[in-house]
Amino acid sequence: MSVALLPHPLFAGFAGAFEFIFSKQESSVTGGKKVGGFDQVLELAWTQIEVSLLALAVALLIAIPLGLYFGHKGTGELLAVGLGNAGRAIPELALIAFVAAIIGVGIVPLTGALAVLGIPPILTNTFVGIRQVDRATVDAARGVGMSEFEIMRKVELPIAVPSIMTGIRGASVNIVATATIAPLVGVVTLGDFILGENVYGVDGVVAGAICTAILALLFEFALAGLQRRLTSKGLRLQEAQ
Amino acid sequence: MNSPLLAMPLAAVGQVEEGFFHERTGETLPCQAHPSHLFCWDWAAENINRYGTPTLQQFELVIISVVIGFIVAFAFALLAHRYHLLEWPLLAGTGVIFAVPSLAFFLLLLPITGRGRETAIIALSAYTLQIIFRNIMSGLANVPESTKDAARGMGLSDRQILWKVELPLAVPEIVGGLRIATVSTVAIATLAVFAHAGGLGTQIYGQGNLTFPTSIIIAGTIAILMALTFDAVLLTVQRLITPWRRAASQAAA
Repeated sequence: MSVALLPHPLFAGFAGAFEFIFSKQESSVTGGKKVGGFDQVLELAWTQIEVSLLALAVALLIAIPLGLYFGHKGTGELLAVGLGNAGRAIPELALIAFVAAIIGVGIVPLTGALAVLGIPPILTNTFVGIRQVDRATVDAARGVGMSEFEIMRKVELPIAVPSIMTGIRGASVNIVATATIAPLVGVVTLGDFILGENVYGVDGVVAGAICTAILALLFEFALAGLQRRLTSKGLRLQEAQ
Repeated sequence: MNSPLLAMPLAAVGQVEEGFFHERTGETLPCQAHPSHLFCWDWAAENINRYGTPTLQQFELVIISVVIGFIVAFAFALLAHRYHLLEWPLLAGTGVIFAVPSLAFFLLLLPITGRGRETAIIALSAYTLQIIFRNIMSGLANVPESTKDAARGMGLSDRQILWKVELPLAVPEIVGGLRIATVSTVAIATLAVFAHAGGLGTQIYGQGNLTFPTSIIIAGTIAILMALTFDAVLLTVQRLITPWRRAASQAAA
């Protein structure tokens, strides 16, 4: 089918994809049931947003406290940085396939697998961000009578925000991207259009790719905006100088 | 949850792809027929040959993509270094590409380049741009102003300063970027199976089905080992081409 597209003029393939997004199409496989259309696109996009946010939340809950703790203590550098490097080497497809084959299908195994991908970058960047806080600043905080917990929350955490957000954005890129192959674990995200050419046709595949790309960019822009809001005014001024 | 597509992968979960059965016809209940068997050593020993070609394909995809990505990112960095106004748009542009899921990228190219190796290489190399570009720029930015002043004082032109002082001093960060880019590209290249570009992904997701655990584990392990090997090789190269750093750390010790 894809070969048949080639003789067409450049970009002609996208027209069908946009048609698929905005109006339902006949599918030969589903027995007359129509596929595509804006309703279905929204439904699958929403599932993808949900699982991505859920996995990101789980990863944050695990990685941020660990990164804060080890960063504050100054121990476990090898573990925190090594984990970040090792995490990058995990092939997403193998992880998802492994989870599907060994643990099972559904939202819980998927969330677990996605969180596994999200934890390393957040943990590493939190750790590095905290370690980069000037020791003199921490000493000063101790000098004015702050408790260790206060130092972590009021001094180290705000200063480490840019680094932590870099980690979160990296994690989010990977999680949203991998949520695209979630249909392999039985959770129907926008990737269903991409993986199901025999159901949705080539138009559906390209439509799925377009929608996934838009969704991922929305995530990226939202997090970039969040980073701006969370970065303290003092840090922003410092950077501007 | 009720996707027409689901019927396919679900049926395959815990089961074995047709081809795997046919290869061992006549034998009663081969190990891979038991979903409970995590890893079939027998099958692995007999079939290890089937991983040769996919491994080589994956290796080629990664090497070609990273080399192209590096050349383009390096050119971008030289441009941005010369014309500072270009730095922000280039950073933002490569950032947008980086945020697009690779699977979507492969298939966005479908109406333009069809499916195949070229498509995968375009997407994979575009994906490395952001990491490499960012690291080259920060490597150049971290060269101390005093060092550049000293070079200028010795009578070096701007071009000589760039090639003989700034770039060599930025090598550790540039190689750092290459390492991250290469390791992630190895992992992402398993998805090239969806662009019909071969690679280890074919042993994980074959003929529209997830294959059985043994194959997933073998292919995944090969991919991870390949990533770690690339990482170690690049680190060694970086140490070899920056002998002054070793000298400096020995002098400090």
